[in-house]
This record gives sequence, structure tokens and C-alpha cells, in this order.
Amino acid sequence: MQTGTQLARTNDSATLPVVAPRAEPVTRSAPRRSDVDTWGRSERARSLARSLFSPVYDLWFRAEWEGLEHIPGDGGALLVANHAGAVPPDAPVIMHGIETELRRPVYGLAAHLFRDMPVVGTVWSRMGGVVGHPDNAYRLLHDEGQLVLVFPEGTKGPAKHVRERYQLQRFGRGGFVEIAMRSGVPIVPIAVVGAEEAMPIVASMPKAARRFGLPYLPVTANMLLGPLGAVTYFPAKFRLRVLEPVHFNVPADQDRYSRSKVMEASEDIRLRIQSALYDMLRTRRSIWH
Amino acid sequence: MGRRVLVTGLATFWGGRLAQALEDDPSVDVIIGLDTKEPTVRLERTEFVRTDESYSILARIVRATKVDTVLHTFLVVDPGAAEARRMHEINVIGTMNLCAAVSAPGSAVRTLVLKSFTGVYGSSKEDPTFFAEDTPRPNPPRHRSELSLTEVEQYVCDLGTDDPDIAVSVLRFANVLGPDITTTLTRLLELPAVPAVFGFDPRLQFVHEDDVVRALRFAMDHRLRGAYNVAGDGLLPWSEVIAMVGKRPLYLPPFATDVFAGAGRWVGIPPMPPEAVALLKFGRGVDTRKLRAAGFTYLFDTPGAIADHVGALRLRRTVGESTPDYRYDEDVEAFFRRSTAVLTAVADERH
Repeated sequence: MQTGTQLARTNDSATLPVVAPRAEPVTRSAPRRSDVDTWGRSERARSLARSLFSPVYDLWFRAEWEGLEHIPGDGGALLVANHAGAVPPDAPVIMHGIETELRRPVYGLAAHLFRDMPVVGTVWSRMGGVVGHPDNAYRLLHDEGQLVLVFPEGTKGPAKHVRERYQLQRFGRGGFVEIAMRSGVPIVPIAVVGAEEAMPIVASMPKAARRFGLPYLPVTANMLLGPLGAVTYFPAKFRLRVLEPVHFNVPADQDRYSRSKVMEASEDIRLRIQSALYDMLRTRRSIWH
Repeated sequence: MGRRVLVTGLATFWGGRLAQALEDDPSVDVIIGLDTKEPTVRLERTEFVRTDESYSILARIVRATKVDTVLHTFLVVDPGAAEARRMHEINVIGTMNLCAAVSAPGSAVRTLVLKSFTGVYGSSKEDPTFFAEDTPRPNPPRHRSELSLTEVEQYVCDLGTDDPDIAVSVLRFANVLGPDITTTLTRLLELPAVPAVFGFDPRLQFVHEDDVVRALRFAMDHRLRGAYNVAGDGLLPWSEVIAMVGKRPLYLPPFATDVFAGAGRWVGIPPMPPEAVALLKFGRGVDTRKLRAAGFTYLFDTPGAIADHVGALRLRRTVGESTPDYRYDEDVEAFFRRSTAVLTAVADERH
């Protein structure tokens, strides 16, 4: 059933020639009040953190880089490093170094461990921490062409005893390689010396860790400093070596990649970082130099 | 021949809105609206049929009217809006009957659009930043509204698989904002101090109420198949949303938040279901590229939807409710719809 107006309207449009196609609607937006991006990172918060961290970076850890030119100036790349220290200082050092040297943001993929800790989770997210979900990695690397940092050892790296320092743990199941292949970006391995001695673990309390739902609960040498030791690093000298980027000659956006190829590449990257670490340790005069 | 459309939940906000929009479309011949209650908006040529909540008479209506399109908007997606029993009755049993009616012999239905909610993805610490339509949830659904909607979607999807002639689209809308909508979240935003969980600042995504209606019509017109996320671009921290509304946060403790949110009743905070508390801790974002690739364009992105909502809120604070509530009167409606004395007056008056 149609009313008079509708009939009239239809007749009108039938007699009048169509002059122009209907314009696409314009999406209305509004000014933002913060600079928090969709990932939760805030450049303002990062720059504040960088200015607070820079004395630690320059004077305490005296971080020194080589091979920074291996990190691409634009486009996505997956940065892969070894992970160490009870409360690992390598992530902030790497992010600080690359952001100040290359002026590019770095997003750090990590387990969701922090997300349900009040304040910690929010700060972690503002600093560029992103939940290590394959969808997140793909979107950051492939769609947005960002730099993404991962530690394939996961918590096995920081949880290890000081006796095992600079012994790279298993690189998970190679998920990071698969993500890089799917996103069509190179992997840039980074070998980090210094994090192990900044907060070495001398004992571990697996039962208590389980009770608190933590992956590990360490006793660190820093605890000799008393309660301050929980937040104070030893001034170990940081040396970071960026290795040659690894390109995969496989097409991007495949549903599946050969497991053997993935594991092979993963093991290859692990060995490269491992041998770079040995090489750097051979020339190191002491922990502090 | 024009389309013959059946809208469920005519008396609800969405059913009414959608029917009004369809009335303006000359390619739609017949609009039939189902509900348990009388419509709350003025409708000009929509036929209102009163049913019970679980649509037991739907099969007869579908057969008798030969509708070709069903827009299923009568779902409780906001867990604060109905108690468990009623939600189950409306969502699950209602959809079950609807699917049965649509696929029964004699049904002419070829398009079914379901108005679902991105709440089906849940909200947890393991979540990806953007859920795509096929991203599996990290955890199985736990809260009752999530379980209910998941079941509803399953019924509707099964229908699409069993009967490939029927184009079944499931639109998952993000939390809605706009001048007229009221939900648990909008109620929180109207409080003098807006509840937030201390130490958490989740990122949320919104869709404007006009885009909801437009997306439902888009899905109907293009006979989309499968699930589509519908949300404005951008994810905003809850703290920024509160700031845009011009309010201050009221921090709930980060531990046992559910308990404290429940106790908020005593100080005038509207009930916050566990789904809402989880959302205020972990937020939710969805990937909206699939619908955009199908050709849909948004009138508002997330900041735009918030700004429009805030503007209307402020206006209402000054001038009060602008439109008096419409009251359905059967005799009057029948007169306007069927009397030969009525020509064009009604249509003009509404605009």
C-alpha cells in the first residue's frame, strides 16, 4: 500500500532525469583529547618516559649500538631479540634506542600477563605494549608497516638462572617466523649483552610463583640492596648488535606455511643471535665495560 | 514488485527506527512490525501485529503475508535491560521460532538480517586489539548475554547453511551512541561522575545510532551473507570518553569490581552487569574493513559518534525532552492507515 506522497515522489523521479549520482556521505569526526592510538600507545607518554629513562640509558647502562642501519627507516619489520634479567630491562632499552635514533615508534608484543594488573597494564599499553596475538602482529606489520619487537624465548629467557646466562632458550614454536612470512616483512635479529647481569637470578621459587599465578618468581642478586633491589638494576654495560635482516622468499598472506621451513628459519635466527652473543662476549673486558 | 519486509521488535528503539526509515523507501511495498507492546514512534504505513515474546504465531504471519525480508531486531543485547529468564525467552526461543517460520514450507523469505552485538566477542585480557569476524574468542563465552547471543547467531547461521536460497546476514554492532539511544553505557555517562575501574583505561569503539539503521538497510538491500562488524573508526580510551562528556571519573576498586559495582546501586549508580565491568577493564575493538569493502560508508566515526551524543545530552539538559512521547491509539492509527479520507497529510506532518 502506498500513500499519495510516495506515488508523487516516484512519479517525480521518473520524469526528472538523474542529474548527479548521490554523493558519498561524509564521515563526521570530532577532535581528540588525547594522543592514545588504537593500540593504546601514546607518543606523549612515550616521550615523557624517554626523557625520564634517558639518564638510565646513557649513564647507568651506557647503551651502545652497532648495525642500527639494518633497521629499515620505513615499512614493517619484526625485531627479534634475546630476553634476560629478572625484570627484563632489554625491552625498554631497545625501544628507547630505536625511537631516539630512528625516530620511529616501536610496538612490543608480549604475553597478556600485565593486562589485568591495574596501573601496570595501562602504563605498559601507553608505552607501546600490545598483546601478542597473531592478528595484532599481522595488522601492525602488514597493514600499518610498523616496527614490532618480540622476544621469542618468552618468559623462559628472563626466568633462567644466572648460571645459564647468554644461553638462548627455545624459540617457542616459531610463531614469530610465520607471522613475518604472512606479513611479508623481514626479521631483524638483535643480540643484547648486559641485561643478564643487570638483574641476575640466583634462585627461583616455583611453588610461590604458581600460587601467585606468575610464570616465575625469582630471588635476584639485586635483593642484597634490600627492598630497593626490586627496582634497582646493576649498572651492567649494554651492548646491542643489530644483525643482517632475514628476508623470506615465500609469498605473503598464505593460510599456512610449511612447518619445517618455519622451524628451520626460527632455529637459524636463534643460532645467529647466539653466535653474535658469543662473539660479543669474547671481546667484553668485564660486565661493567 | 517492491519488497515486503517484516520487522521484529517494532516497539523497541531499533524496530521503530528501522520501520520509519523503511517507510521512506518507495521500493518497500509492505512493512509489518511485530511486538508484544504498541509501537512508541509514529508510523504511517507499517502494519503492527501484536505477538507474544517468543513469536509462536510467526509462521502463520510469514505464510499469510508472503514477506521476502525479515529484519530481526528484537534481541536483548544489553544485559542490564532484562532479567535472565526474559532474555532467554526473547533471544533464544524467539529466534528459534523465527528461524522455523522462515524456513517452513510456504515461506517466501529470502533475506534475513540479524541485529547482533560485538559483545559476542567478549572482553578479556587475551583479546586481540581488533576482532575480525572470524577471529575466535580466546575464551569461551561466560556471561549470560554472551551465551544467549552466541546461541542466537548459531541458529541464524545454521539457517543460512541449511537453506542457501536465504541470504543471512549477521551484523555485529559495537556499543551504540547517539542523540536518542539509552543503554547501560549511556546511563553511566549521564551520572555526575562516571564509573571507571581504577588503574584500567580500556579502549572502546562506538557506532552512531543512525549508522545502525543505515547498516541494517544496507545489509537488506545488498543481501549480504555472513557476519559483519559495524563500528565507527577509532578506539578511544574510556578516560577520553569521560573527558569528552565533560565529566570526572568515579573510580571503582580494581579487585572485586563486580561486588562494588553491584553495591553502586545504593549510591544511585545504575546496575552494571559483569559484561560491563569486563568492558571497562579490557575494552573491545573490532575490524570493520569487511563491511566497508562491501561498500558501506559511515556517517560517524567513534569520536564523531561520541561528540554527537554529548551534544544531544547537553541540549537535553537545557531544554528538556524535546519530543513528547508518542502514544499508540489503535482507532486513530486504523483511521490514518485505511480511511480513504486520508491523502497525504500524515506523511507531510511527520517531517
